[in-house]
Amino acid sequence: MADWLTPDEWRAVALSLRVSFWATLVSLPLGVMVAYALARWDFWGKQVLNGIVHLPLILPPVVTGYLLLVTFGRKGTVGLYLDQWFGIVFAFRWTGAALAAGIMAFPLMVRAIRLAIEAVDPRLEQAAGTLGASRPWVFATVTLPLILPGIIAGAILAFAKAMGEFGATITFVSNIPGQTQTMPSAIYALLQVPGGDAQAARLVWIAIAIAMSALLLSEWVARAVARRISGT
Amino acid sequence: MTLQIALRHRFAGFVLDVAFEAPAGVTVLFGRSGSGKTTVINAVAGLLRPDQGRITADDVVLLDTKAGTNLPPHRRRIGYVFQDARLFPHLTVRQNLLYGRWFAPKGAAAVELGRIVDLLGIGALLNRRPGALSGGEKQRVAIGRAILSNPRLLALDEPLAALDEARKAEILPYLERLRDELRLPILYVSHAISEVARLATTVVLMEAGRVTAAGPTAAILSDPVTAPLLGLREAGAILLATVVAQDDDGLTRLVCAAGPLWLPRVAAPVGASLRVRILAQDVMLATTRPIGISALNVLSTTVRDVRMGDGPGALVQLEAGDEMLLARVTRRSVDALGLAAGQPVFAVLKAVSVAQENVGATG
Repeated sequence: MADWLTPDEWRAVALSLRVSFWATLVSLPLGVMVAYALARWDFWGKQVLNGIVHLPLILPPVVTGYLLLVTFGRKGTVGLYLDQWFGIVFAFRWTGAALAAGIMAFPLMVRAIRLAIEAVDPRLEQAAGTLGASRPWVFATVTLPLILPGIIAGAILAFAKAMGEFGATITFVSNIPGQTQTMPSAIYALLQVPGGDAQAARLVWIAIAIAMSALLLSEWVARAVARRISGT
Repeated sequence: MTLQIALRHRFAGFVLDVAFEAPAGVTVLFGRSGSGKTTVINAVAGLLRPDQGRITADDVVLLDTKAGTNLPPHRRRIGYVFQDARLFPHLTVRQNLLYGRWFAPKGAAAVELGRIVDLLGIGALLNRRPGALSGGEKQRVAIGRAILSNPRLLALDEPLAALDEARKAEILPYLERLRDELRLPILYVSHAISEVARLATTVVLMEAGRVTAAGPTAAILSDPVTAPLLGLREAGAILLATVVAQDDDGLTRLVCAAGPLWLPRVAAPVGASLRVRILAQDVMLATTRPIGISALNVLSTTVRDVRMGDGPGALVQLEAGDEMLLARVTRRSVDALGLAAGQPVFAVLKAVSVAQENVGATG
């Protein structure tokens, strides 16, 4: 394709897209579940769960990265067993970057979906129950279609956040070109070498373009869906 | 189908304690707001779990707190029509109507979509979305949606309360047709006596969480003891009448057990049988047939019961054949005319005093 980017830069852009895509896709079902629990259920430890979900938003990213390292690193409390039993390794792999990005983006995703769930009238769900729909069916046929704009908004917000994640990623999986060097890491690396500014600027423009398109796309999709389900 | 209900539930500062039976037809739970009517049908539909209770529909146990049985709402098959239609905004009217069909038991005798659409007059709305419907249209769709879920019982919680008078008048005939054409038992919550008079087969009167009277509509409405419980000004019996002719001067001629009856034009074909609610305060009594009087209707009846009120009023129950009438007069008039059970008496009724909304189809 275009030769105005070096292979390394291309790899950084492609890796960022891949990391963000998987981070968003895998965390989405979990995000919907957590948002539903926080919006609709009263349970013991609800505030604790709420706190844990929001922690990555307020902790310094480097702290989140460090915690990921001690938990999911090769010798980490969880990472050790994941490696031994399932052969899954996060440390210094692109999957680790996806994990870091997914966790950092999770609070934003949950917030958007939770707001959408809270806007759904529970009396509609009650009506669906009297018409013979069990709880899972009510969720699938009434709740889910009504919160779709919120889910789309949450997913795109999470994707954009994952694209820009830097601190936790570089702490957890370092900055290995072609392996774990995402776009922000590449920009950072280029700014460390003399004469890298021009190259960095190109990546900066790409980052801006991707972020803007994601935002516009989410607006457009959410509006189209909202029109469809507003009932007019 | 007969629904048996026995419930006890304690709220803050309020105890609900009711037991009654709802036979086939329309059973209206009547009472002021706060009397516990909605709590009762919520318990029937499974939306509220009472402290103690047992609810059965024929031999199906919906709730039995002693035995620990409590079917969840989706397994009770109670078609619930809420005060605020609660249509699904993301579905079209057709999809709303067919929603319950997915979950109805396979092989059960299903009501046809086309029949319900015709019955409720919603054919033109099928491809519209709920947001674009008027209040009356929404409520008709909600009723259709509940029926098409193939329920064993239809439960309506003040379905007309949120509508203006014109919309109410628009929906009442549809409810009458449902009652008369579908063999579906209906539990109907209302605080409007006109709905009781037009729809109810059985009335259950509720006050402060208790049942104060229950029985067949005609008997309850014409009983001088129970009628005042519905509100003295509103007290009035139901007369069954058949349309005989449409006169040229805008009157409709009917015949009832007590003789001919003229009413302002009733939009019903000759031969149609109607329920006419006659307010007790509109009925005048005379011991001899009055002549030279503008009132068109003079019905010959017999006094069945006289009940003196606490104030200056009295309620007189009259009978003509199997039919009952109720008249509200003063105690002074009762004394002056010497009214007593068994005495023949003429009931005088102005034709124009019977409002259009007090005439409905029979069932």
